[in-house]
Formats: sequence, C-alpha cells, structure tokens
Amino acid sequence: MTGKTLIFEFLIPVLKIIAVILYPMLMVIVMIWLERRVVAWIQGRIGPNRVGFQGVLQPIADALKLFFKEDIIQKNADKFLFNIAPVLVMFSTLLAFCFVPLGESFKIGTYTLNLWIADSPVGLLLVLGLSSIGVFGIIFGGWASNSKYPLMGALRSVVQILSYEIPIGLTVLTVVFFSRSIDLIEIVNRQFQAKIWFGFMLPVSFLVFWISGIAETNRAPFDLPEAESELVAGYHTEYSGMKFAFFYIAEYAHMVLVSSLVVILFFGGWLQPFPNVAFLSFLRWIPGFIWYLIKIMFFLYLYVWLRATLPRYRFDVLIKLVWKWLIPLSLVNLLAVAFLQYIL
Amino acid sequence: MAFKEIELNMGPQHPSTHGVLRLKLRVDNEVVLGIEPVIGYLHRGMEKLWENLTYTQIVPLTDRLDYLAAVSNNFAFVLAVEKLMGLEIPQRGQYIRVILAELQRLASHLAWVGFMANDVGAMSVLLYSFEIREDILDIFESYAGGRLTVHGIRLGGVPFDLDGEIIAMIRKALADIPRKVRDIEGLLNENRIWKHRTEGVGIISAEQALELGLTGPALRASGIPWDMRKDVPYSSYQDFVFDVPVQSGSDVDDRYLVRMEEIRQSIRIVTQALDRLPPGEFLAKIPRSPKIPPGEVFHSIEAPKGELGFYIKSNGTDKPERVKMKSPSFINLQSLELMCKGNLFSDVVGILGSLDIVLGEIDK
Repeated sequence: MTGKTLIFEFLIPVLKIIAVILYPMLMVIVMIWLERRVVAWIQGRIGPNRVGFQGVLQPIADALKLFFKEDIIQKNADKFLFNIAPVLVMFSTLLAFCFVPLGESFKIGTYTLNLWIADSPVGLLLVLGLSSIGVFGIIFGGWASNSKYPLMGALRSVVQILSYEIPIGLTVLTVVFFSRSIDLIEIVNRQFQAKIWFGFMLPVSFLVFWISGIAETNRAPFDLPEAESELVAGYHTEYSGMKFAFFYIAEYAHMVLVSSLVVILFFGGWLQPFPNVAFLSFLRWIPGFIWYLIKIMFFLYLYVWLRATLPRYRFDVLIKLVWKWLIPLSLVNLLAVAFLQYIL
Repeated sequence: MAFKEIELNMGPQHPSTHGVLRLKLRVDNEVVLGIEPVIGYLHRGMEKLWENLTYTQIVPLTDRLDYLAAVSNNFAFVLAVEKLMGLEIPQRGQYIRVILAELQRLASHLAWVGFMANDVGAMSVLLYSFEIREDILDIFESYAGGRLTVHGIRLGGVPFDLDGEIIAMIRKALADIPRKVRDIEGLLNENRIWKHRTEGVGIISAEQALELGLTGPALRASGIPWDMRKDVPYSSYQDFVFDVPVQSGSDVDDRYLVRMEEIRQSIRIVTQALDRLPPGEFLAKIPRSPKIPPGEVFHSIEAPKGELGFYIKSNGTDKPERVKMKSPSFINLQSLELMCKGNLFSDVVGILGSLDIVLGEIDK
C-alpha cells in the first residue's frame, strides 16, 4: 500500500468520521451558548459571560459539571431500557448527520474531497427514519423510569412526534416532485439548476415542514413533553449526570439536524444567494460551507427567538393544530403541487 | 382506550406550585378527575405566636404572611387595632398609607403576571414584569429600607414622611409603568396560544364564587363588582376617583384582564393621592406599647389578592388574647377543585396561577 492510498483510502475517511461526530457537538456548544445569550438579551439580562470570552466556554463547563455528577438509577427503574434510552436518542441523531452534506465537494490536487460521509440515493428517507428512531429513546426513557411525570411526558411526546411526522412526510414529497430524487445532494443540485430555491417555489411546504420540525424537536412553543411548569422535566426527569446530558445534547443536535434539513430542502443548502446578480458576484468567493452555516444559524436563531417569545401550547390544542390544520393543509398542498407539476 | 387512573403528586417541591403547596391529583391520562390541595408546609404558627407579642411587635411579623404584598398585611392589621382603639389617623398619614398600599398592589400584580405567564410557558414576561416591579421595590427601599418585607405602616400612621425625593421617584416610576405594561400586554393579550391557554379555562360562576367566599380579582372576574375600597371605604379611599374593573367571563383570561386594569387604576389612585397630599402630621401620638381596650374587632381591606381581614380579641393588655386572620389566598384556593375538574392537567398550573396564591398567607 502506497502512502497516497493510505491517506485517501483510510486517513481521510477516519478524519471525516471524527468530523461528523465533532461537528454536531460543536454546533450544540455554539447553540447552547447562543440560546442563553440571546434569551438573556431578549429578556434584558446579561447571561453567562464569565467562562471564556463572553461566556463561550460556559457549555463546556456545564458538560464537565454533568460529567462529574452522580449517576442515579432509582430502584424500580428497568435498568436495561433506562440505560439504553439516552444512547438511542444520541445515536440516532448523530447517525443522521452522516447523510447530511455540509457543502459542495472540492478538489485537492487530483483528490476530490466530499463534505459528506455517505452519498446515499435515499439520504432523505434515511435521515427522516433515523430522526424517528429517536422517539424510541424517549418512550423507553419515560417508561423505564417507572415514575409518573416521565411517563406522562413520554406519552405526550409519542403522540406529538408521531402526529407531526405525517405533515413532514407529506411536505417532503412536494420537494421530491421537483427534485425527482431523494438524494440530499441531488436535491441541492436541482435547486442550483432550477435557479430558484424550493422554499420560494413551495412556501406552504416550507412553513408546514418548519412548524412540524419545531414540534418534532420538542421545542417551544411545542415543548409539552418537557413542560417544566407542569411535568418538571418530562421524560428525562429521573435522569442525572451524563445520561441527562445525552438527552440534552441530542435535543440540540436534533435542532441542528432539522435546521439543516430546512436549509437543504428549501433554501439551497450550500448555494450562495443571488448567483445571477452581477454586483453581488464577490459573494462567490465565500465557500459553500460558510453559506450553509449562515443559513443554519438563521434557523437556529429563530428557534431561540420563538422560545423567548411564545407561551406553550396545551396538549389538545397541539393535536388539533396538526390534525385539523397542518395535515389537511399539507395534503391540499401536495395535490396542488402534483397537479401543477402535471400541467407544466 | 381504558387508561388506569393514576394519582399524581404535584409538589411540595414543584416548579409551579408557587411555594410549597402540594396537590394530590387524580388524573385519567391528561384529564383531571379530582384535586386535593394539601397545605401546611410553611406553617409557622403565626396566630399563636402573636398571642405572646405586643401589638407593635406583631406589625412587622405580618410582613411575612403575604410576602409579595407586605404593606397590605401591615395595613389590614394596623387598621383593625386602630378600630379597637378608636384612634383617628392624621389625614397625611392616611394618604401615605394609600400610596404605599397601592404601590404594593402594583408590585404584587406585576409579580403575578410574570409568574402566570411563566406557568403557561411565556418565560420572558417574568423578566419584563420584574423589571417594572424593581422600580417599585426601589421606592420602598428608599422609603422604609426594606424591599420585600417592608414594614411600611405603623400603629398610628406611617413611620416616615414622604419627602420630595421619594415623590419624584414615585412619579417617575408611575410615568414609565403604563408603557412597560403595554409591552407585556402586547406579548399576551392577542396571542393565540395565550388565548388557548386561558379562555374558557377554570370557569367559576358568580353564584359558586359567592358561595365559596371568593374575593379579590378572582371574584371581580366572575362579574361581581365587589371591592372593599369602593364599597366599605377605609383610610380615605372615598376621596379618590377610580373604577372597579369587572369582567364577566369568569375564566383565567378575565382574571388576567382584571388585574391588568387594576394596575392602571392603582396608578390613578397614587397620582391623585400625590397631587392632593395634605400637609400636617403623618403619625398619631400613641404610647410605645399601647394598651388596647378590651373587646373584639374585625376589619378587612382590599389586599392585592382579595379581602384580607384580621379579627382581634383584646383583654385590655398590650398583647392580644387571640388573633384570627382571614387570608384571601386560603379562601380562594378552595375553589381550585371546582375550577380544575374535567380540565386538562396542563390547565391546573394555569388555573392555580390565576388564583394568585401565596403560601405564606395560606399556612400562616
């Protein structure tokens, strides 16, 4: 084996695997810091600003604290399921990042470096499937705790996530109509060829997908499974230490994942805005990955903004919203898009 | 689907039971079948304790009852004692008392709207309302030195005069409050989620409210315009022009609207009192530890949370023989089961929040 093949066949894939684990973690750290600072700013507070520059190391300090906390498994819990639940949540979210492309591929010499691990022809399906596997972690966690608040939180989240999967599936189909592919990379390339991002072509799809995405990640205003004023901490009430941190990190990583999907499906992934406007041509020098990050951060910021502004939905209203509004709306949207696609 | 009915224990350590209240809930999935408040976790034996203290020593202890409205507690107790003594309070003292009590009502209602919004998940409102409340606490601090447990009212009047500096502070705070309150209302009033969480939730009819002895904003939200300040005026309240806000929907949203309107009315009262502050003494001449003539008395005021009354039995010494407190939170809490039955579990925190209870006052 020559040195060259060793690098290209072995070293780079390993580095990419490490990167795909580190990237969500890094985003989680940024996100936790951003959330605290932005919420504090909205509320007229200062927020964490002591650990590191402007408090950027605060999430790391928190993680270290959780690392040294006592790991409690209460006597009546089902030990196997109790232990496997946080792993399942974390695993499914991190695995989904393997299929998420982070930018266009570029050439180093003769070697083409792809900013994704797996170029799967069914990438979109896999990502959606994996993010649903996370539900099992939540059910197991809530049920195995053998405690009432986690059980109620788990019940809520099962109903909520399963209900909101339906509009997600239906709206994703409209994107697939236009892209003629469920390969995430191909979807971005189609937006490049079409010269318009699907979000502007299919605004209804984007809105329904985004609202359902927020509900899917159990974030405000749909954060009922962990409504602190009712259910203390929902399905992870009984967890402590690193297991709790796993749930926490997985939630934030899931937010990054949903934002990535929104950007890839509806806002052109790593494509630069206004490619045809002459005086904005200098934007071309910014690499695609940066564009991608900027777009993701925008949607992550919206998450934080919503959380600081809106009250929490009640359970019956939440279910009414999805079954009476989002699902019919996405069905009509699906039919309309299909019809238009047929005519044009 | 048949779901096993479970008994859920909410509190005494729970984020939204406003202290150390414990609720024993029977729930069928998310629907509340029954609810039983268990109280006494903050019982300090206040009423018994007072039997061993002189009247002047009791007044600062009343701060610790409803700790979000300390001045109102002082006010109610002091008025009852003065009624028994037959003491006439100087006009300036009466006006300063009204100013302090109304500022306290503002502080209490503002804290309430923050907690209430936090209970239904709007976390920012808490910070906004506490920012306004902070100005009022600063006024109390400059006036009497205390912020939470103020002890702003003494037997015979008020301990200090309102000087120009504090009056300027009050006027500045009052000028700011309406604008800041409008910000809060902008976040909540027309918010669809807030409407979902509050409209038609926790309904109690006027008859039921009267039977249970509900008082304060909770009663006025059920359509009964009963306000002690208007109907049984005390301490010169008859001198001021103000409205008693009433709503007829008797749900959580109406209790919110009543309180927000009361904030504006309190500002009106304080402004009038400052404009017409009479000159003269602010503290009547009484001995340091007055002996109260034997007899029984009951006097109640309109505290921020409802009708707060003290029954005092005196045996002619400087210590009461028996003090009984009629605390509005305690009586309003009784209506919780009636309001919650058949509602969803999520609504329990909203309804509990809308009652504005303080455990210091319930457990005494």
